[in-house]
Amino acid sequence: MLTKRIIACLDVRDGRVVKGIQFVDIIDAGDPAELAHRHAAAGADEIVLLDITATHEGRGTLIDTVKRTASELFVPFTVGGGIRSAKDAALVFDAGADKVSINSSAIARPELIGEIGGSFGAQAVIVAIDARRAAGAADPVGEAEVFVSGGRKATGLRVIEWAREAEQRGAGEILLTSMDTDGMRNGFDCELTARVSAAVQIPVIASGGAGSAAHFAEVFGRGRADAALAASIFHFGVTDSRELKAELQRAGIPVRLPC
Amino acid sequence: MIAVIDYKAGNLTSVVKALRYLGAETQVTQDPEIVRQAAKVVLPGVGHFQSTQLLTDLGITEAVREGVAKGVWFLGVCVGLQWLFEGSTEAPGTAGLGHFAGVCERFPAEYESAELKSPHVGWNSLEQIRSDSKLLQGVEPGGFVYYTHSWRAPLVSATASVTNYGGAFTGVVERENVMGVQFHPEKSSAVGLRVLKNFVEL
Repeated sequence: MLTKRIIACLDVRDGRVVKGIQFVDIIDAGDPAELAHRHAAAGADEIVLLDITATHEGRGTLIDTVKRTASELFVPFTVGGGIRSAKDAALVFDAGADKVSINSSAIARPELIGEIGGSFGAQAVIVAIDARRAAGAADPVGEAEVFVSGGRKATGLRVIEWAREAEQRGAGEILLTSMDTDGMRNGFDCELTARVSAAVQIPVIASGGAGSAAHFAEVFGRGRADAALAASIFHFGVTDSRELKAELQRAGIPVRLPC
Repeated sequence: MIAVIDYKAGNLTSVVKALRYLGAETQVTQDPEIVRQAAKVVLPGVGHFQSTQLLTDLGITEAVREGVAKGVWFLGVCVGLQWLFEGSTEAPGTAGLGHFAGVCERFPAEYESAELKSPHVGWNSLEQIRSDSKLLQGVEPGGFVYYTHSWRAPLVSATASVTNYGGAFTGVVERENVMGVQFHPEKSSAVGLRVLKNFVEL
């Protein structure tokens, strides 16, 4: 049976893992390569490294960090941040990434999705969407809006429509981050995740708000997520993936155990 | 020496990295002569079946056909497994090796009246493991491996293990010296490394 994936996310700035609270406050959480290996050993199904400074400061992705992290890492490894062209993506794949995650650059030039997919396969392209509910709208979830540049810029695009377009253009997965719940540890935005998951046929990774095993169970159940991503919950020893999975298994969620 | 065929498959680097981690001597090559002389051959793969057309264009298909006929150990990964069959509906104009009968087909959009997401991405279990499989020695039924694909190979007499997603499909195929895995052993943690180690130690 296909299991629900637990993905450990490393937000990296200047070669260090950091974690923001609602995209702003930054706390130093360690070395990316070391943490990636620790997460994999602790049962994470997948590792994502997001260079959170790349877009707005115009820096390239941290190829050396990617190389160091990918070395002897035998679980899927995704890299995002600052990938603006198929050539940028190629550098990241050469450094050892299995997938790239693109966000602002896909909004700026949606053809990029097909360009990377054409060369490396659809399975290698994750389109990341930073979403905020449309407060005050008749349907705040259905009208949720896409934001870019680390959540600083509204695009006017609706999340559900953009997810559908990304799929049509050849994305292999959608990484959906709720800016409303991110960093709060109060749970994922299950309504939004379920709406996006129902709107597309490709897998949806839920992100933003993980604080407990119950939150994961919720987003895999009512949120219809195929995978869920978290960063801070793992970094500070709240729990590890194996512990989390054991709890999910008790809740009837299929997970990779033993791992 | 293991010849790892370079036809620009996305996972070439990861496959080589895993084999070297296990102590194997590898040579990445596009040269049919080197493939002919190798004791073992690995064909990585991920992405579109169309990309395997290059194998025929480079003369590698013929070299593999000759090699496996005289007993060279062969392992195909993901699209590399699919290539061992006659072809795939993903690229009807591109022939596979035809070592195993049947054509690879896309996952259905629905299975048992429920929507079936595609690609099939994530960790799924190996079931009905054939006990005589050399590749799967030491792998327990129910062991998890990482998949990412939208096309799948049919069940054949050489199927050595199945995975269930929209029904059963061939997760591992093995007949004598010719083997293939639909999952990515290079990304399947301890179980994947065990499978590669079994191949390296043949």
